[in-house]
Amino acid sequence: MTNALQAMLSERDWILADGATGTNLFNMGLSSGDAPELWNVEEPEKIKALYSGAVDAGSDLFLTNTFGGNASRLKLHDAQNRVRELNIAAAHLARDIADAEDRPVIVAGSVGPTGEIMEPMGSLTHAIAVEMFHEQAAALKEGGVDVVWVETISAAEEFLAAAEAFKLADIDWCGTMSFDTAGRTMMGLTSSDLVDLVAKIENQPLAFGANCGVGASDLLRTVQGFSARGPVVPLISKGNAGIPKFHDGHIHYDGTPELMADYACLARDSGATIIGGCCGTTPEHLKAMREALETREKGPRPSLETITERLGGFSSAGDGTGEDAAKPERTRRRRRG
Amino acid sequence: MADDEDIILSELSDDELVLQMQDDLYDGMKEEIEEAVEILLERGWAPYDILTKALVAGMTIVGHDFRDGILFVPEVLLAAGAMKGGMAILKPLLAETGAPRMGKMVIGTVKGDIHDIGKNLVGMMMEGAGFEIIDLGINNPVEDYLDALKREDADILGMSALLTTTMPYMKVVIDTMVQEGIRNDYIVLVGGAPLNEEFGKAIGADAYCRDAAVAVETAKELVARRHNQH
Repeated sequence: MTNALQAMLSERDWILADGATGTNLFNMGLSSGDAPELWNVEEPEKIKALYSGAVDAGSDLFLTNTFGGNASRLKLHDAQNRVRELNIAAAHLARDIADAEDRPVIVAGSVGPTGEIMEPMGSLTHAIAVEMFHEQAAALKEGGVDVVWVETISAAEEFLAAAEAFKLADIDWCGTMSFDTAGRTMMGLTSSDLVDLVAKIENQPLAFGANCGVGASDLLRTVQGFSARGPVVPLISKGNAGIPKFHDGHIHYDGTPELMADYACLARDSGATIIGGCCGTTPEHLKAMREALETREKGPRPSLETITERLGGFSSAGDGTGEDAAKPERTRRRRRG
Repeated sequence: MADDEDIILSELSDDELVLQMQDDLYDGMKEEIEEAVEILLERGWAPYDILTKALVAGMTIVGHDFRDGILFVPEVLLAAGAMKGGMAILKPLLAETGAPRMGKMVIGTVKGDIHDIGKNLVGMMMEGAGFEIIDLGINNPVEDYLDALKREDADILGMSALLTTTMPYMKVVIDTMVQEGIRNDYIVLVGGAPLNEEFGKAIGADAYCRDAAVAVETAKELVARRHNQH
């Protein structure tokens, strides 16, 4: 059986994903510190409204409210025994919204990081990471998602653990990492490192790419880094709506709908197929992105200069790929044998 | 080059050994660090000198390379682990000899924020630099911070937030410190992915620290400045 996302990827040049989950839920009254996943059972109407917001704005694909729905994250709310319940609830609500549409809408089951550091640097073992991801993926599958979607990962080990878990759960998947440290992930991976990592995975994802990170400009530089390395599966680009600014006691992301519309087209021109937003991206942004993708012609790959002119500067001079890949060597003494 | 030659730590001169320790820290070699600390102690080095001249100096190199994008989190964690091994030997001796302390930091993510990887990194790097860390964990209300500062006689308050919705709570903590008239008794450092310098200034922190390496540098500088004032 062909997966619904696979079918859509074979028919379309671009797919509009959704925007933010967390920042949009906070706008709906979620208190910071509370687990958004509890709302899947406590405030189902609000979660449906979140999903509808993206779908009504034109998203072809949206993520479930299950980012923190693994045992490790839910433990912080003493809800580690509710993984199955909360993920199934989120998936059911999502199915209701997606299946009510006349057009195909993909439900992607969000799987966020465990929040732990894996061995040998940290204490989380590969086996436990796989077990936690497996538990969540199995519940999302049971709840009816079309694919699972691991996101905001920074360690290669964790990405591989998730991939292995999805194989055990026997479900198609997508995966994105966050490149937020001078163009690399927190753990030091470059965009081309991720292309190489994905190539080594036995159960290939349907698509992979980048989400969150710094701003829309940085995200596109990362996408271009993927393209340059010759990836074999479609690319995902989910960037934040600009940079958060502090203003009169409130935080808002400075990216306007117009900027995100530009970003969406530049993402497509940079080689991305699945295009969406991350933090700060509201339905209003998504509408502008949809309209731009539908009405503007696909262009040539933009230069980095074009990206900074249209979307703003990068957070760092290089991103660890191309000419920047040669690390300065530390002059060192003898290495011990 | 003597790349393949085994180095016998105990055969190195003091100067060579200290340099070797800095390399071993850089490479995260815990057992070698522990062995070298024992050797220097046997040679009559003061624990405080081992801490500052070998370990802290070595971690400073690690910190600089982390800041400059040469090393990344995994390498820093291994280096911090090696440092910790050496510190475990030195800690009781430092207390006995009444060595001057680098400073004590109370650290935790603010109320509403449960994202703690960044905070943990700062804690490890600060420990690596010789600071004492009181880790309050996640989701801390203002009372917890203030109680810990007083109880521990701390020098530094470190607050972390990863969410744009929880960042403003840092201001609540600082405002409360001002109201209680204790703001100037402590150095307040803030950090977290969505923050920036402008935000740090706006809420009245002493400094915003972009990453764990910057936090260490800033803490050292501000502590030194305070000592000069007294």
